[in-house]
Amino acid sequence: MAGLDELYREVILDHYRNPRRKGTLSGDHVHAEGNNPSCGDEFFLDLLVEDGVVVDAAMLGQGCSISQASGSMMMDAIVGQSVDDIQDLAGKFRIMMTIDEGENPVDEERPGSVLGDLEALQGVRKFPVRIKCADLAWTTLAQALDQTAS
Amino acid sequence: MSDLRALRADFPILSREVNGKPLVYLDSAATTQKPQSVLDAMNSYYENSNANVHRGAHTLAVEATDLYESARTKVAAFIGTSPSQLAFTRGTTTAINHIAYGWGLHHLSEGDKILLTIMEHHANIVPWQLVAKYTGAELVYLDLDDDFGVDTSELDKVLDERVKIVSFSGMSNVTGALGPIDVLSKAAASVGAISVLDAAQLVPHTNVDVEALGVDFLAFSSHKMLGPTGIGALWGRADRLEEMEPAEGGGEMINVVERHASTWAPVPHKFEAGTPPIAEAVGFGAAVDYLSAVGMDNVVAHERSITAYALDRLSEVPDLTIYGPKDVSKRGGAVSFELGDIHPHDIATILDQDGIAVRAGHHCARPLMKYLEIPATARASFYLYNVPEEVDLLVESLHKARGIFGLV
Repeated sequence: MAGLDELYREVILDHYRNPRRKGTLSGDHVHAEGNNPSCGDEFFLDLLVEDGVVVDAAMLGQGCSISQASGSMMMDAIVGQSVDDIQDLAGKFRIMMTIDEGENPVDEERPGSVLGDLEALQGVRKFPVRIKCADLAWTTLAQALDQTAS
Repeated sequence: MSDLRALRADFPILSREVNGKPLVYLDSAATTQKPQSVLDAMNSYYENSNANVHRGAHTLAVEATDLYESARTKVAAFIGTSPSQLAFTRGTTTAINHIAYGWGLHHLSEGDKILLTIMEHHANIVPWQLVAKYTGAELVYLDLDDDFGVDTSELDKVLDERVKIVSFSGMSNVTGALGPIDVLSKAAASVGAISVLDAAQLVPHTNVDVEALGVDFLAFSSHKMLGPTGIGALWGRADRLEEMEPAEGGGEMINVVERHASTWAPVPHKFEAGTPPIAEAVGFGAAVDYLSAVGMDNVVAHERSITAYALDRLSEVPDLTIYGPKDVSKRGGAVSFELGDIHPHDIATILDQDGIAVRAGHHCARPLMKYLEIPATARASFYLYNVPEEVDLLVESLHKARGIFGLV
């Protein structure tokens, strides 16, 4: 059962049950919606980006603990960060979800790129069919950031 | 309990392990496992008789054609009909699409109505949405009653001469609820509409005498009744099949082809364009042979007892909610449930670690999920090879899931 212990860490269950920044933004913001049609998981993201920095964000979603906890942790990780640092973080997250076990994906040199709680999602790698759950919030984030770039 | 336990030895896959535990396969509503006799029949076809059907005078072509057509005869006999009324299709979905495109498109116009129920699988919704889009017809749904059955009490309000098609499931793949076949087929006939029965879950799990059901069309799949994927059947009343246009054109389905027009082969061949899945048809035939040898009455009795046992054991699990009828005479062996705030995908992952295969998600029935106001369910579904000990393992693993998620 070691695999399950690694998958369902306490911090993941906490984010699942108490998602951070749940809600919507009013006023100016970009909005993106992601879903996994095969399982029905949904993630709605509002972002307020000013001068290249994500100054506010809100999420709504429904789905499994992994998809929702990943989204909640992402909210904690991105607010107050520059878009550049967030892109970097997203890259590190992608690497974490794909690299072989044993390698440390975390780069402490850049403050914006520390995965923090997100490292708890490393256990998902042992459950390949669940990686798309962890990715949902991040693909939604990419859509939202694309809108701010245009 | 009607004990079919000895049959398990006929299914090679049931002896494998998953994650170091014996496989507990509780996903037969998605697809069933295959007995050795089905695998052997398909292999034997390829090893000894492989050729294209209905063309060529050589010995192999004749053998392949005989095997293909005898499979049709077996499958037709299994539902109590003549092979001339049974077309092979890719599965239930394709069969319903044949009806939608071959009949619906040519008989509906703007303002006409297609009556469905809210418990339909996407396969019995989306083809009708396409027909509605092309013809200007509209979809109308019947809701459910308090016991997850289709509520027919308001039928009079939606039933009028603009209803041209009534299409409904014989057994829900989500709740297991049986469909009101008699009521809806008679209602359809009373306004001159055709009735279409999605029997993907019904034919594998009940004794079907199709001529007695009163419906115009019926669709089912081989892979949900011990046969291979890639083949299913479309049955129709003889006059309906005659008035239906082919939805697909090509080889095999023609009589004479001219430069600008063609005539069709007789029913059912006019619905079988191109080289059919021959080995799959042979496997389908072997599957109905297997089920007939076991006896569908025994299959039904076994499923009822194991479903009753499962409903009983699951009701002991705290925080567990079952979405479906509790009375086994009103349902089949697909049991959908939620467990506290544990998402069904998480349940499925935890069960999988114990070698238990269940389905999690919306089960291709998103409108039903919306109607029930739930995002997803976990579903355990049973067939003739399941045994009560597997229900016990399921319950044990659900308790483990409660522990991991800190439910007390």
